[in-house]
Amino acid sequence: MAKVVLKLGDDISTDIIYPGRYMATVLPSETPQYAFADNAEFNGRLKRKEIPAGSVVVAGKNFGCGSSREQAASTLKGHELAVVARNFARIFFQNSINLGLRTIVCPGIEAEEGQDLDITPDKVINLTTGKSFPVEPLPKARQAIIDAGGLIVYTRTRVLGKTPGSAKG
Amino acid sequence: MGLTIVEKILAKAVRRPAVRAGEVVEPAVGMAMSHENAALVINQFLEIYKDTGLEPKVWDPSKIAIIFDHRVPAEGSKTATNQKKIRAFVAQQGIKKFHDIRGDQGGICHQILPENGYVLPGRVVVGTDSHTTSHGALGAFAFGIGATEMASVWALGTVLNVEVPKTIKVVVKGRFPRHVLPKDLILYLIGQLTAEGANFKVIEFHGPAIKTMSTSGRLVLCNMSVEAGATSGIVPPDAETVRYLRSEAKVKGKLDLFGPDPDAEYDRVLEVDVAKLEPMVACPHTVDNVKPVGAVRGVKVQQVVIGSCTNGRLDDLAAAARILKGKSVAKGTRMLVFPASYRIYGQALKLGYIADFIKAGAVVMNPGCGPCLGVHQGALGDGEVALATTNRNFKGRMGNPNAEVYLSSPAVAAASAIKGAITDPRKGGR
Ligand code: SF4
Repeated sequence: MAKVVLKLGDDISTDIIYPGRYMATVLPSETPQYAFADNAEFNGRLKRKEIPAGSVVVAGKNFGCGSSREQAASTLKGHELAVVARNFARIFFQNSINLGLRTIVCPGIEAEEGQDLDITPDKVINLTTGKSFPVEPLPKARQAIIDAGGLIVYTRTRVLGKTPGSAKG
Repeated sequence: MGLTIVEKILAKAVRRPAVRAGEVVEPAVGMAMSHENAALVINQFLEIYKDTGLEPKVWDPSKIAIIFDHRVPAEGSKTATNQKKIRAFVAQQGIKKFHDIRGDQGGICHQILPENGYVLPGRVVVGTDSHTTSHGALGAFAFGIGATEMASVWALGTVLNVEVPKTIKVVVKGRFPRHVLPKDLILYLIGQLTAEGANFKVIEFHGPAIKTMSTSGRLVLCNMSVEAGATSGIVPPDAETVRYLRSEAKVKGKLDLFGPDPDAEYDRVLEVDVAKLEPMVACPHTVDNVKPVGAVRGVKVQQVVIGSCTNGRLDDLAAAARILKGKSVAKGTRMLVFPASYRIYGQALKLGYIADFIKAGAVVMNPGCGPCLGVHQGALGDGEVALATTNRNFKGRMGNPNAEVYLSSPAVAAASAIKGAITDPRKGGR
């Protein structure tokens, strides 16, 4: 079970997730402090560790549009948030997979802040309303990167001349 | 059924006769570009090699380009230290396509790559910047990737798991009316497609208005294709592409020129007649909130910005200088001009544009991203409004979430600077 801690609309850009003025900060260990920095209330709750790992951000279409900054994915990964969105912008989506941020494509999702979700591989169930919404599965090649434990590990295995263990496609 | 140009480029890059939209492939990379975010790429690259006993070596230093542009000269110690770290890495790995903070070679990555001949038609170009789509102007399949993905490219020389995108064909007809520019065309298209209308797709540009458009204009179209969500924009290479590569980028040797098959399969086809187009403005806070300039005429602006990887090229500066020459920037408005590269700066200096700007009261800044990002130059005050020739107007862009950014062509921007309010250059300017 995971609680919806933030509900957002369509076209949430990387400038909202991780403002450009913090771009000189690059290390995944340092980026989490600036997650949604312009939303002082939510950023404060994250910084005070009031939001448990596994909590969910729910968004509309095109989440993560805009810049390719990987900080937008690493800042959310740092808090172990999951993002359930109607769909994602391409670069953000790829970055999330590479870094192991949980991103769930759920075109019909209906959920509000404070509600509880159960996220399974093929659907998201809103435990508060009782409704459930189908999830779009990842392409196999993407799943292989997740199964390997992220892109660093996946590429390391390739550099060592091995086929990544669980790669299927 | 034939292939789109991107299907052909990807087929070549995986050494197969054909690939089709929807397939997942691992293409060889022709050029891999990064800017200051190379600092993170280096970090992730070294991470890949950790505990392997192997020496971290990039796959081909001649295919890597690193350009300092986002925060030049450094705005603070953190950036300066990142830049220092990158310089050391570049020297150690033998990366020669490195453009440091220098007046004889600097500029914005999306101008430095084309003008130095680093982008070739028919190749796969990746960059750790979302506007890498720009390079499609030269007939390459160019798209943005994240830093960890780039680290993997540096190690392997291929991009893992690229989904062959579907393609939207845009056919552009007619002649551009006076004071209507490529920027107005792409803003109009983004308005039509919406910010996510081309998500995971490529926009292929065709038609007589593209054929007669300079590479500089094509760069504007491809640059902003990403604002409709597109993986990339692309113009099939033609005589203008060859002219640019030979005479401006000084590319020697054989060029690999091919376009899409005549019977290629498209996701959808759009037609635009530019003869009917008006100057357009993207309103806060999304790029697809596009209106004809008349709808926002009179909106007061405290800052006008001309430059960026979208509209900081010589013909953009020319369009603005023509309108500003002998006029004065309105009181209460500040105008910032930042050419896209030092080469362009030098040309504009020779042609007198820089003097025109300064005499009109504009501040001419060093080439780089500057106010576009708003990290260290040209940030906006609370409640202020800017009109910029840049490509994004998201909340928080230009350094302040409590400010508003409108986007337009250089002609609209220059005419508006004189009035201190958004102005139609067909009426307000000369
Ligand atoms: S000028 Fe602006 S959009 Fe272009 S690369 Fe720089 S920051 Fe990005």
